[in-house]
Amino acid sequence: MAHGDKSKQEKVVFVGDSRVRRGNGFITPPDYTAYPGKSEAFIPNFLLKEWMVGVVVLVGFLVLTISEPAPLGFPANPSASVIPMPDWYFLFLYQYLKYPYASGDFVVLGTLGIPTVSFGGLLLAPFLDRGKERRFYKRPIASALMFLSLISLVYLTNFAWTHYKHELEASGVEPEHIQREEKARENRELGLPTSNGTKQEEVAIVDKDDPAMETYKTATCISCHAADLKGAGGPSLRGVGDKHDKDAILAIIKEGYNGKMPPMYDTAISAGLTDQDIDHLAEWLAKQKTEQ
Amino acid sequence: MFKNVYNWIDERLDITPIWRDVADHEVPEHVNPAHHFSAFVYCFGGLTFFITVIQILSGMFLTMYYVPDIINAYNSVEYLQTQVAFGQIVRGMHHWGASLVIVMMFLHTLRVFFTGSYKAPREMNWVVGMLIFFVMIGLGLTGYLLPWDNKAYFATKVTLEIANSIPVLGPVLKELLQGGTIVGAETLTRFFAIHVFFLPAVLLILLVGHFIMIRRQGISGPL
Repeated sequence: MAHGDKSKQEKVVFVGDSRVRRGNGFITPPDYTAYPGKSEAFIPNFLLKEWMVGVVVLVGFLVLTISEPAPLGFPANPSASVIPMPDWYFLFLYQYLKYPYASGDFVVLGTLGIPTVSFGGLLLAPFLDRGKERRFYKRPIASALMFLSLISLVYLTNFAWTHYKHELEASGVEPEHIQREEKARENRELGLPTSNGTKQEEVAIVDKDDPAMETYKTATCISCHAADLKGAGGPSLRGVGDKHDKDAILAIIKEGYNGKMPPMYDTAISAGLTDQDIDHLAEWLAKQKTEQ
Repeated sequence: MFKNVYNWIDERLDITPIWRDVADHEVPEHVNPAHHFSAFVYCFGGLTFFITVIQILSGMFLTMYYVPDIINAYNSVEYLQTQVAFGQIVRGMHHWGASLVIVMMFLHTLRVFFTGSYKAPREMNWVVGMLIFFVMIGLGLTGYLLPWDNKAYFATKVTLEIANSIPVLGPVLKELLQGGTIVGAETLTRFFAIHVFFLPAVLLILLVGHFIMIRRQGISGPL
């Protein structure tokens, strides 16, 4: 067939008319007979040996995992005073950015210049080091640069770490993950909850059926503090009794609060409430305490 | 029985060449630690992959409990760490594995560098390897924030400040990562998405490229 003849002449052979190139089948493995010695099959012979190395690493890894629990501090709190510390493999960068020639006026050199040159150089190493020679001692420039980088990595990391240790010592602060563990251990012994997590507890309304609830609505408190006392324009009044007693609440109704809330006494009176109602309302609000 | 099933599938999909490409090749003596103990330096690449697999698996189990929002992130990690059976082990594996993968990758890079294995024709594989290195660093960086404790929060704040000081691109990069003007709820979800979806996807693509190139070119010869 003409079609068949044509496909024999073409260099690239396509499957049917889909223009998908027909594969060459098995990728012939590179011939290692040029190398001296005994090569062996990847599966299963070599993989078994590699797996044995893997098992040694895995055992060490699991021993580390079991003996050193992953650290966890206290929940993030923007106003906490903490010495910020990156993961250990960023320490060299962190330390180097503290030097005067890498910060302040030279910050561009610090964050862009030197990292671009060094990481760019590493990325493009094969195109910079183009000689035929592979042994490291026959490539003095590449090897020297790498050794220099390694030494500075070790130096910077070590410097940052010892500095951090000194800072901790000077301030007398323990790292938070140790503090948390200690606190959890103490609480466990006392039978208290060990969690440091943020709790979202809803405070209940005390005496919901009290007539003061109606007064609260009539006096237009509802428009800022909401029908469920959870607050809208104004703050939540649930648990307000923890903060203010009856007299303080009366004063707030009559005089307003810190310029945020206007005096509401006159509004309440003109809504048809009596002094007695308002007094009872303040008394009821003062009873709004968090359950213990 | 198994053979019949295999043959039935192979007849239709021709799967034999696929697994032969992956599995059926010779390993030369100079990289085999059974013949020369010093050849253990050639194991670091395989070990990096091994730890990466552990990271992917342990990470998958962590997401069963982790909640990426600022109120529950810490609580879920604390619950996992202190209440869930073996939760401490799984989180520990992911935490220490993150360091170990960096160590192994670093050693692998040094082996390739000092044996000059990146020379022609393997330049492209070195470049892909370095890209894998950067992705791994990115994974370490984004994963650090996720427990949402003070250490995570302040380290991320510093990192974003550093990113901010890069001229022109810096502020854009910072806002993109931060998802707003402060380190907060958006930052956490962005870091979570980058850590769990974006970077692993890039990592897997690069790894496939890395391995295909190794199979095509074979391992570099003895010195």
